[in-house]
Amino acid sequence: MVAANTAKTLSVTLRVWRQASPAAPGRFVDYPAANVSTNMSFLELIDVINDRLTVQGEEPIAFAHDCREGICGTCSCTINGKAHGPGHGIATCQTYLRSFKDGDIIVVEPFRARAFPLVKDLVVDRAAFDQIIQAGGFVSVRTGAAPDANAIPVPKAAADLAMDAAACIGCGACVAACKNASAMLFVAAKVSQLGLLPQGQPERDQRVLAMVAKMDALGFGSCTNQYECSAACPKAISHDFIARLNRDYLQASVRAAFQPVSASTGGGAG
Amino acid sequence: MAKLDSKVPSGPLADKWRKHKAEIKLVNPANKRKYEVIVVGAGLAGASAAATLAELGYRVKNFVFHDSPRRAHSIAAQGGINAAKNYQNDGDSVYRLFYDTLKGGDYRSREANVHRLAEVSVNIIDQCVAQGVPFAREYGGLLANRSFGGAQVSRTFYARGQTGQQLLLGAYSALSRMVGAGAIELHANSEMLDLVIVDGQAKGVIVRDLITGELSRHAADAVILATGGYGNVFNLSTYARGSNVTAIWRAYKRGACMANPCYTQIHPTCIPVSGDYQSKLTLMSESLRNDGRIWVPKRKEDRLKPPGAIAEADRDYYLERIYPSFGNLCPRDVASRAAKRVCDEGRGVGETGLGVYLDFADAIKRLGEAGVRERYANLFDIYHEITAESAYQVPMRIYPAVHYTMGGLWVDYNLMSNVPGLFVLGEANFSDHGANRLGASALMQGLADGYFVIPYTIGDYLAGQAPGSRPSTDAPEFQAAEDHIRGQTTRLLGIKGREPVSHFHKRLGKIMWEHCGMARTQAGLEEALRLIPALREEFWANVNVPGSAATLNQALEQAGRVGDFLEFGELLCLDALKREESCGGHFRDEYQFPDGECRRDDARYGHVAAWEYQGAGQAPLRNIEPLNYEFVKMSVRNYK
Amino acid sequence: MAVTGVVLIGFIVGHLVGNLQIFQEPDHINGYGAFLHGLGPLLWVARIGVLVAVGVHLWAATSLTLDNQRARGADYGCKHTIQATAASRTMRATGYIVLAFLVYHLAHFTLGAAQSATFKENLPRYTMQGDYRIAGFLVIKAGTAEVPDVYNMVIRGFQHPVVSACYIFAVGLLSFHLLHGIDSLFQTLGCRSARWSAALRKVALIFCVGYFLANLAIPGAVLLGKLQVRPPMCVAVPR
Repeated sequence: MVAANTAKTLSVTLRVWRQASPAAPGRFVDYPAANVSTNMSFLELIDVINDRLTVQGEEPIAFAHDCREGICGTCSCTINGKAHGPGHGIATCQTYLRSFKDGDIIVVEPFRARAFPLVKDLVVDRAAFDQIIQAGGFVSVRTGAAPDANAIPVPKAAADLAMDAAACIGCGACVAACKNASAMLFVAAKVSQLGLLPQGQPERDQRVLAMVAKMDALGFGSCTNQYECSAACPKAISHDFIARLNRDYLQASVRAAFQPVSASTGGGAG
Repeated sequence: MAKLDSKVPSGPLADKWRKHKAEIKLVNPANKRKYEVIVVGAGLAGASAAATLAELGYRVKNFVFHDSPRRAHSIAAQGGINAAKNYQNDGDSVYRLFYDTLKGGDYRSREANVHRLAEVSVNIIDQCVAQGVPFAREYGGLLANRSFGGAQVSRTFYARGQTGQQLLLGAYSALSRMVGAGAIELHANSEMLDLVIVDGQAKGVIVRDLITGELSRHAADAVILATGGYGNVFNLSTYARGSNVTAIWRAYKRGACMANPCYTQIHPTCIPVSGDYQSKLTLMSESLRNDGRIWVPKRKEDRLKPPGAIAEADRDYYLERIYPSFGNLCPRDVASRAAKRVCDEGRGVGETGLGVYLDFADAIKRLGEAGVRERYANLFDIYHEITAESAYQVPMRIYPAVHYTMGGLWVDYNLMSNVPGLFVLGEANFSDHGANRLGASALMQGLADGYFVIPYTIGDYLAGQAPGSRPSTDAPEFQAAEDHIRGQTTRLLGIKGREPVSHFHKRLGKIMWEHCGMARTQAGLEEALRLIPALREEFWANVNVPGSAATLNQALEQAGRVGDFLEFGELLCLDALKREESCGGHFRDEYQFPDGECRRDDARYGHVAAWEYQGAGQAPLRNIEPLNYEFVKMSVRNYK
Repeated sequence: MAVTGVVLIGFIVGHLVGNLQIFQEPDHINGYGAFLHGLGPLLWVARIGVLVAVGVHLWAATSLTLDNQRARGADYGCKHTIQATAASRTMRATGYIVLAFLVYHLAHFTLGAAQSATFKENLPRYTMQGDYRIAGFLVIKAGTAEVPDVYNMVIRGFQHPVVSACYIFAVGLLSFHLLHGIDSLFQTLGCRSARWSAALRKVALIFCVGYFLANLAIPGAVLLGKLQVRPPMCVAVPR
């Protein structure tokens, strides 16, 4: 009912991790917020607190955000120990204060992982994800070199499953939620998306080996199959893709070990 | 006075692009690596351009203010992407897509540009599919299509409700491939703050590293801006919070002309504002209007009553009443303005009074709740998440919001601005959409510009530049630009006034929305032109930007952007004031047909208005590029 | 982890099946013991194989844990678990306890370092009363004397309630360890999906409960007096 949704307010305290720089010591600081609308989004509450801090001459809380509709993957808080907060299948920016109770102390921390070094307050550097994609998360097709789109039929089931995997927004919640700070779900999503499609087949083995090697080199942890990642994922991407990644990786490793390789990889005569 | 030569090639419409490609100059493969190109932005246009230019052999530097190129707001586009593939065998063709886009743009775009867009649309789909974009498919494994507003054929390709995301990730993967290959130097967290002009040509940028605060100079043989639209001048919009006008505005202040800034598109079905803390408006797909009925109470007194308590006889289904033939499916702008009118009359619903009901009760009666769920479950979920209301039980509340801007920097057929060496792609330029953009066309244009236009046309410019002739970053022009930015930063940090940046952004947004939003009047615009400079003055006297310039400082970033919006907003209003007609997204109350449709004035305004900066405190110059329609007759847009 | 896990699961299942022969005549378990001892070098190959699997399992777990702790870096102030199972979250603890028990278990029944009074080498020898066959093949003939009396060793060992309690506790933890281990190894080896993950969890649960109950049966039966020490049969059986 509309009535239940109007003019309802609550008071909460944000206990926010403040850290001026990677080298500086960090600590929790409490920011009470009284009588705020339950319809306010969680990030809007930080906006409001930041405006207050600014006027008081204090430094506002640095936090990552952009689209505020759950698709860009920029927002990245851990709220009460849960990446992206209490909701299921949503990002921090889609969290509304009505998910909390009056009087709650809400602990807000940055995503924590060695591969995501802290920048400031709640902001971390997730460039490691870009580096993993750069290592192989693509199909090598030059612009203009593509055949007609319908020349490559894709079974609907494969296309749908690839889309499930492709929904990843690269936010890093999987890493933040994993007790091992593993990036397996992120890597699995991309490897599966491209591995499910015919377009991804020529580079399939190379892709999975390169992306996993890069992931390991960047200092992410290993998967111990607890599936906290998929539970925290704002796009609810299934950890089934991790099994698929493992399978692909094993097969690719075996093939890489035994497949004969041409001695000449160069082009034609000059 | 800027020279505005559109450089549209001569000859029959369908041959222009082919002919142009055959005639423009090329850079030989061995020389390409001697040229450096700066690409600012990594949305659909920027990422596709950077990737493609790097594939060709150019050395590319890509700057993005986000922490990753994958975050650009292209990612939020839901609906789809048009292409004249005619896979449905329903009579589509390049000409039809061209015609629909031109007509949708209310005859305010260049024929040649739009035709080229329609031509390359088919290549885009091929390219994206080859990259592994998981478009929706039919059971036979071939691509599926859906129909979209403003077209009578099914030509829209889509990937669930996340087409923009999937296309962007495709372009991002191409970009990443070239970054991995060492062909692109990627600078994330890097905001372009100035364009450097050397000898009248764009030869570099000044960039602030948003993490360290460091300013750096970058020289290049050409600069490409693909920095998106300026809808956040309204503060509340469907844009991402970070979307801004800064890159193109600073290029404008270095001499690039700003074309048609008053062409802004309003989307009728967004979730209304719930309070003054609000930061963002969320779009609900327009498809909801297929089954929902829009109404407000007939009497003001009823507006806060629960909707169920308002009797059928006391409801005003105003779209069905005013536009009996199209009803709830009338065009976006008409529906938006009608909603504004009933709310202005005090009949708007919800706490703020800025909302109308979109009621699914009849649809549920007709299709059953399961039927409605099957069609719209995803949207109803989003609505529930944001408002905590179930649209199965109570009507949705919707209100129009800004969600795309058709104006932007002026570019010629080669996508080069009037400043040689400065190219502008995607939403940041003004081309292709005229005064109004059709659904599923934004993605098409961004990718067309980046994948299939700029890779050819930039060669024509670079071939005229001696390899290795780009200036050194020690040149005085770089020094001056850097000093200018440093000075501005110091000034912003030194004001230490009483109000946060957001305060000014909100007030600017209110002025813009009220006086230059869905319906504009001469008096309103004149009022806005009085209010904005005053607000700007107050901003520079009373804003409080805490912290330092030597670290991540989001308030400082925001202050720079809002400072630019405070200047740009004035130009937008001025452009709206001077365009004494209604067309597409620009609606002047004074110029309308009795049925509320736009009354264009082709004789006086069948042109592009390209504004030229004349210095601080000086009135900008309004240059004109006439739109010569050789192939299509400008007619009254009619969807009835 | 998964590969050594499979080896170790194979081992413990085999071990359990062997041990359950205690519910048959002493000929069975004693014949089985004699058979294993008679394998000579082969027994050592198997023993070393299992020890290597244990070693690798341990090494993998340790290095994984260290890597994973490093990967987290600074830890959260507030922790929350959404769906990780209790078994998965206690793998390290259950693993260590089971390891400690394993050392004791070897000391007890294999090396005789613990409770040496009841160790098979210190008990009177047993003489086979009948043929012992495995899958129909005769492996130990009736009348074979000087067979270690595993039967009595086990029963006398478990008659000590503390020993039995430790054993039951350890096997309980091992079963719990397996609950995550079995589910997890299918995921790691890439043959798990939503389609049958629920079934897999059930199968793993049934397996673990079954494994626990079967193991519980031996000390349980001893403590309840269902299995009693029998006088050693030293007399040759007439042919």
